[in-house]
Amino acid sequence: MSDTHAQTVRFVRDTMLPAATAPVGERGAVKWLRENLFAGPWNSALTILAIFVLYQALSSIIPWLLNSMWNAGSLSECREILAAKGDTSGACWGVIRTRWHQYMFGFYPPDLYWRPLLAFGLLFIALSPVLYYGSRQAATAIAGAATAFVLLALLGLGEGAGRLAVVGGVLLALTALAWVAPKKLVWVTALYAPVCFLLLWGGSVWSPVVALLGFGLIVAAYIWGQGVLGTVGSVGAGIVLAVLFWIYIDVPLAIALSAVVPIGLQPVASNEFGGFLLAIIIGVTAISFSLPLGILLALGRQSNLFIVKTLSVGFIEFIRGVPLITLLFTASLLLQYFLPPGTNFDIILRVIILVTFFAAAYLAEVIRGGLAALPRGQYEAADALGLDYWQAQRLIILPQALKISIPGIVSTFIGLFKDTTLVSFVGLMDPLRGVTQIVRADLDWKGIYWEPYVFVGALFFVMCYGMSQYSQYLERKLRTDHR
Amino acid sequence: MKRSVFFGALTVAGLAAGASAAATLDEVKARGELICGSNTGLAGFGAPDASGNWQGFDVALCKALGASVLGDATKVRFVPTTGETRFTALASGEVDVLIRNSTWTLTRDTELAFDFVAVNYYDGQGFMVKRDLGVSSAKELDGATVCIQTGTTTELNLADFFKSNNMTYTPVNVADDSEAQRQYLAGACDAYTTDASGLAASRATMPDPGSHVILPEIISKEPLGPVVRHGDNNWGDVVRWTYYALLTAEEKGITAANVEEVAASSTDPEVRRLLGVEGDMGAKLGLDPDAFKRAIAAVGNYGEVFEANVGEATPIGLARGLNALWTQGGLQYAPPFR
Repeated sequence: MSDTHAQTVRFVRDTMLPAATAPVGERGAVKWLRENLFAGPWNSALTILAIFVLYQALSSIIPWLLNSMWNAGSLSECREILAAKGDTSGACWGVIRTRWHQYMFGFYPPDLYWRPLLAFGLLFIALSPVLYYGSRQAATAIAGAATAFVLLALLGLGEGAGRLAVVGGVLLALTALAWVAPKKLVWVTALYAPVCFLLLWGGSVWSPVVALLGFGLIVAAYIWGQGVLGTVGSVGAGIVLAVLFWIYIDVPLAIALSAVVPIGLQPVASNEFGGFLLAIIIGVTAISFSLPLGILLALGRQSNLFIVKTLSVGFIEFIRGVPLITLLFTASLLLQYFLPPGTNFDIILRVIILVTFFAAAYLAEVIRGGLAALPRGQYEAADALGLDYWQAQRLIILPQALKISIPGIVSTFIGLFKDTTLVSFVGLMDPLRGVTQIVRADLDWKGIYWEPYVFVGALFFVMCYGMSQYSQYLERKLRTDHR
Repeated sequence: MKRSVFFGALTVAGLAAGASAAATLDEVKARGELICGSNTGLAGFGAPDASGNWQGFDVALCKALGASVLGDATKVRFVPTTGETRFTALASGEVDVLIRNSTWTLTRDTELAFDFVAVNYYDGQGFMVKRDLGVSSAKELDGATVCIQTGTTTELNLADFFKSNNMTYTPVNVADDSEAQRQYLAGACDAYTTDASGLAASRATMPDPGSHVILPEIISKEPLGPVVRHGDNNWGDVVRWTYYALLTAEEKGITAANVEEVAASSTDPEVRRLLGVEGDMGAKLGLDPDAFKRAIAAVGNYGEVFEANVGEATPIGLARGLNALWTQGGLQYAPPFR
């Protein structure tokens, strides 16, 4: 049959046709639109509806944002300026400009703003070994950025040269340390809590120093008692010693020392704290203490020891079963009834303790999920290697369980950080409601509604998004499987 | 450290809890600071300004108390309390006195074990509507939608008022004043109801105050005043008579500016007793003889406090009304300093 064919066909093509461009409907934007937005009558109808809704929303929001006024000193002035320009709506950001310091610091004395700023800069330097342990680039970059931020902020506040030199010197020295010996920054982390307490609340330098001695007792008991009592015994003895020290010796010793050598910073009362300063203090403290507490509770819940297990389950179920607001009211009101009259048990401290408990109960369950996800073989392998309980947890179980739990842990942290705004219900000045309420009580700004919410919401978004991005980085870094 | 205070304190807590009722005056003097329960922020009545100094009608009374007890109006610490925390804060001893727009009711006087020692502001619940609505009386609001803050006495008053007038309404529940104002301006409700002083403050800051009217009907009694704990009568007397000193000062024409001059020159025996020139009025309360003079010098008389914070010259623009002195047709009446 092939002969026939050869005789009838007069032309045989011996080159390929040049590739024609695809039809209009099968390429580029049109194809994308057709496949994604107009794939059928139902799909098209939804698309048109969505465009309509978006238009409705944006047509009022975009002019409002485009007509933003930054200069007005009061709401009525802002409205007048907008009306004079002929605009019907516009955002009056003047409220943020005039009350910026209150949104950041509450009523913290303005001439002491350098102290929370320095504490904020040191926070990142203290965090860098936790977040990026041993990484010289990361540690130096974080320390450098923190130094630049704090110095720029102080310049913006118009601080004197002397104070700039002291703060800059401290931060630059730490940046240099981050470059030379990034692992040594762990010491900054260890000492951060008392330094931060001293910077924020001021007062005698001796109270944080003496309190720190209690932790020194625990370490000393561990070092010298380990041989005799074992790890758990020596740490337990250290904790008992430290608690006795804090109850009976701490306060008199601190008072005596500050009488002999009265050095310290100007004290700032807790009711002067507010705004993002308060949110960050509560958030960061509760986050740092709830993680270890949560791990202990999760391990306690899986323990074979009856009392440990019962206490852990009771704590977790009770705290998790009660709304956070209830706990805050307990912190603010109920504790006052139990304490003797005249006791001034700091309200911020009370709130931090209960927020920490709350987050720890949630974290314990998140981590228990991670522990439960580990194959049984991991526990058996640890036993087979002859590791004791704490070695097995430290070297084999927890690294894997915590890795699995990262998304849940960070999600709890983000939730906790946002929950700090609830403290407005006990009369503390959180940025969202507390400060905003005070700003609105000023007749200049009474009646302003969206601008404070948008501003505070945007700042919270930046911080929570940062945490989320870090957790994703950590997950990628710790991914050891071959998916 | 505070932690150790906590642990130590817990052990003795139960034993000592009952002792807080006694001798607030001595406690305040020993502490050298008056702790005044205040609002978290209410325009004209109590709020910190841009630099953190508390200002307002209620705040002035706290300052007067600081001046009379401690001799210094600046030795007052203001603790912001919310509607939910205010009474517990007072009962637990966290604050010495609560001066925060609290309505005097029988229940609060008895069950909560407080004493309302005076009424520094007679308020009442009113309505605000848009002028376009063409309503001139609250009795014409049949079938209206009304913006109302939940969980307040105003909610109950509103229900009572409409029921007793055989009218119906649809409530639009809002959480606080700023939200109510926004809902009202956006047209979500025909009328907004809250205390008349609050309505005036809201109206003053609206984009076009002239297009809103506050209806003449006042549908409830809201006597607002300073509150102290039940059982500490001496401290209650101190708060009460410091307040009456400001009232009497207005009655006698004593102001912050002329108080020294009046004290030196006045021949009116009651003025002389009030200002501590003769008699021992202060000592009877456990205060210095010139305690009331210091209070008046610090904040001015009642009328001055009113005009400076909420009066007609301020944007809030409240008329004295019920809060005028009894000599001018109001209800503010101080017993004699004798």
